[in-house]
Amino acid sequence: MTRSTSATGRRPGGNRWLGFLLRRTGRMLVAMWVIITVAFIVLRMAGGDPVRSALGATADASVVQARREQLGLNDPLILQYFDYLVGLFRGDLGASIITGRSVTELVSHRLPATLELAGIAFLVVLLVAVPVGLAIAIITQGNGRRGAETVFTGVTAFIAAIPEYLLGVVLVIAFAITLHAFPVAGRTGPASYVLPVIALSVSAAASISRIARIEALNTLKDDYVRTARSKRLPAWMVYFRHALPNMLTATLTIGGTLLAAMIAGSVLVEQVFNWPGLGMAFVGAITTKDYGIVQGLALVYAAIILVVNLLIDVVLSLLDRRTSLLETS
Amino acid sequence: MTTRRSGLLRQPMAIIATCMLGVLVLLAVFAPVLWGEDAVAAHPDAIALPSSAEHLLGTDKLGRDILLRTLVATRLSLVMAVAATLMGVCAGLVLGALPAVLGARAQRWFASVVSTWLAFPVLLVAMLTVILLGPGATTAVVALALTMTPSFARLAQTLSSRVGGSEFLAAARMLGVSRGRQFTRYVLPNIAEPVIVNVTTSIGGGLLALSSLSFLGVGVQPPDFDWGRQLSEGFGQVYSSPVAAIGPGVAVVFAGLAFSMLGESLAAQLRDREHRKALSPRRLGPAPVAERPAQTPSTTATERAETTVPLLEVDGLSVSFPGPDGWIRPVQDVSFRVFPGEIVGVVGESGSGKSVTMMSVAQLAPAGAAVTARRLRFDGEDLTGLTPAERGKVLGTRVGVVFQDSLTALNPALRVGTQLAEIPRVHGGAGRKKAHEMAVRALDDVQIPDAARRAQQFPHEFSGGMRQRALIAMSQIGSPSLIIADEPTTALDVTVQRRVLALLRRECAESGAAAIVVSHDVAVLAELCRRILVMYAGRIVEDVDVALLATPERLAHPYTRALAASLPDLDTDRTKSLVTIPGEPPDLSRPMTGCAFAARCAFATDLCRTETPVLASHRHGGRVACRHPQDAVEADTAPVTAPGREEVGA
Repeated sequence: MTRSTSATGRRPGGNRWLGFLLRRTGRMLVAMWVIITVAFIVLRMAGGDPVRSALGATADASVVQARREQLGLNDPLILQYFDYLVGLFRGDLGASIITGRSVTELVSHRLPATLELAGIAFLVVLLVAVPVGLAIAIITQGNGRRGAETVFTGVTAFIAAIPEYLLGVVLVIAFAITLHAFPVAGRTGPASYVLPVIALSVSAAASISRIARIEALNTLKDDYVRTARSKRLPAWMVYFRHALPNMLTATLTIGGTLLAAMIAGSVLVEQVFNWPGLGMAFVGAITTKDYGIVQGLALVYAAIILVVNLLIDVVLSLLDRRTSLLETS
Repeated sequence: MTTRRSGLLRQPMAIIATCMLGVLVLLAVFAPVLWGEDAVAAHPDAIALPSSAEHLLGTDKLGRDILLRTLVATRLSLVMAVAATLMGVCAGLVLGALPAVLGARAQRWFASVVSTWLAFPVLLVAMLTVILLGPGATTAVVALALTMTPSFARLAQTLSSRVGGSEFLAAARMLGVSRGRQFTRYVLPNIAEPVIVNVTTSIGGGLLALSSLSFLGVGVQPPDFDWGRQLSEGFGQVYSSPVAAIGPGVAVVFAGLAFSMLGESLAAQLRDREHRKALSPRRLGPAPVAERPAQTPSTTATERAETTVPLLEVDGLSVSFPGPDGWIRPVQDVSFRVFPGEIVGVVGESGSGKSVTMMSVAQLAPAGAAVTARRLRFDGEDLTGLTPAERGKVLGTRVGVVFQDSLTALNPALRVGTQLAEIPRVHGGAGRKKAHEMAVRALDDVQIPDAARRAQQFPHEFSGGMRQRALIAMSQIGSPSLIIADEPTTALDVTVQRRVLALLRRECAESGAAAIVVSHDVAVLAELCRRILVMYAGRIVEDVDVALLATPERLAHPYTRALAASLPDLDTDRTKSLVTIPGEPPDLSRPMTGCAFAARCAFATDLCRTETPVLASHRHGGRVACRHPQDAVEADTAPVTAPGREEVGA
């Protein structure tokens, strides 16, 4: 990119690029605001006094009143909403109704564990599914190896039908309780990551490899692959240098959905492995009706997904220079 | 309808899925009636027992039999999934149909709302619903329905816009078919099937999602129980009795699989009807070969054959593709030779098999194609009996290929220079720097200005003519002795076309390479070649000196004559329309007897329709495959009263 010739050639494109980035960021902020507002309204509409139900029927009326006052729940709704928005801008995600502790603090403690789990699983899925999909596509292109195709679709359909939490339970029974090969639960060391990552990635890898196979079959039919073959390049060069980079765009597009699925799946897997991440806190807050935490965490999840989608769009438009994204959206 | 159903039942996967669903439905209907009371009755004397003959899956914390509970839970688990999906479908269909009524602006807004909604994981939307409505079975169903709504809305939107804009609906409207009838008769049948496929798969996915919610404790609440709830309870006693969690787990996977398999076979059914799948290799049988017995080379010899060794010798080449009813044969029994330094043109209508022939010769036939030949020799080496990969190795850089449509033929993800340089790097053992220099020189040779800078660019930064020249440079960089150019000028406008042709001619003259140029345009070939092969319906019908094109009366085959007559020159009367050949080329997926051109030929006799003519030497110095060669009609006594050329073109 430092080459002077290409830099001068791309100057008018630079402005368009900036416009694209601003437009996308703007759209993301609007979506974020909609989610904040919806979450706020939903939680305020939930019946009864959240503090009363959170602290329990036996709690003293004066304690309840004090907590309501502390949380600003006695203010008019519009003022609460405004305070909440202002707080968000200062990085304040609200507070727990039950303990009064800051949600921001909770997130800063627990977010890394969740991001590690989801991130590693995401990489595992891509590193397994894309090469497998490409390999199966190479084997089954044309009309050949119907048997391999049937086995592949059958096996992946079966694996994709196993929910993450169920696989987690099975893994715990087999490898932790019976074989003692890995820790049963918790986040203690490298070994403790193995089972949760497997539980989270296997079913996603199965479905992504099916999509990757279809994408690879389409790519292998492209003219430039034939051009590469006409140069009599070694097979690995045809597949890895000429076909694979062109599959990357499709793979990243899938990646967005995949990451969202990983985040959702992590909630369940954290539950199985007692993983000290956001998901555990989220489920715990829902069962204890701690709406303060729920509201804050829902926002964090939403933000993660929106930011990931934005990043993928940006990377896509950088990668695929023929992209029409710049013109159309 | 009956044939469709029997088609579905022929798929083993569909049969298995239907049986599995049958088991589930039976359990859902009868299990609660039979074992409903046993499943909830507590037995304090049999708490958390492991697996035994009496309790196959053991008992739970209250001493209830887990197997019975799993069977009884089928009803609630299934009913919840089906109810949620149906709610999602209804809401989605209504939402998807609304924007069509509300106008374009609303449609755009709607699309962006739906895509944001879709981006959110099922679980998060569900959790917010749980908070609003409080945990329970109903909440879980509503939550799941909410998460399904946007995807069905999008499906309905795309489907209705596809059907709404279709021609058959426009025709129905014009015929005055009532709105209600339009909907039931035309719209519904066309969107029903994709929706059914999606609903089936969604029920499976919904089942898994609902069990997840229950597993987390935010779905079904005690005393109700579904499989997810059971799993979470079973997981609690996993140390004492692992089967407590395995039993309901198997049930979840079984049910999820039943729905996803059924959905998949329904989808496969839909796909097959739109685009019929080729037969499997086993049912196709061996690929067809040329039926004509091997000829002695002398019968096809041209005058130079005795003195010069041909660079390329092809005899009895057939190419077949697997089709839904058997082999499709786009190339049948093609034989020709190319001598060193010669430029040969191949002409024919699209679908005549000219490109497939040349790509097969270059060992670049698409995957799945079966290529057979009696004899295939290149530069003195016999290629018959080798696998396509081995043949490719023999050909190496000695055959350079120039492809049609330069935009798709160059790799969009790699720099043009890199794509050229990898040939000397792989085959010539050149280092990175040397290979790059060679690439720049090759680009410079084909008159690409500022080649050093251009080599760093990507194909999309090139103009069409420049890309085509880059492709020619790519075919040249390995110094081949044969260049195969497949429609090298088709995608270009006329002025650029001339420059590319001139370049191709110059490159051949300079390097002494032979060339085969494939084109549907006789004018292009007349300018470039010395000899042309005329192909029709997968066979060579005439092999003739290009000079004869100027004197169509000396051409032998009626098809070649019609092609030559379509060549405009200075004498052409511009007020008369160009000669065209009436009729269509034959369908190659059907077995053919006789001459393929007979149906469009004014001179065809009964013999033409029953016996395939053989390509044989002809008095004009080339070869022709025709029973009634026309070049002798004026001299000899005509076998039939031959109608004139005007009638051919009528």
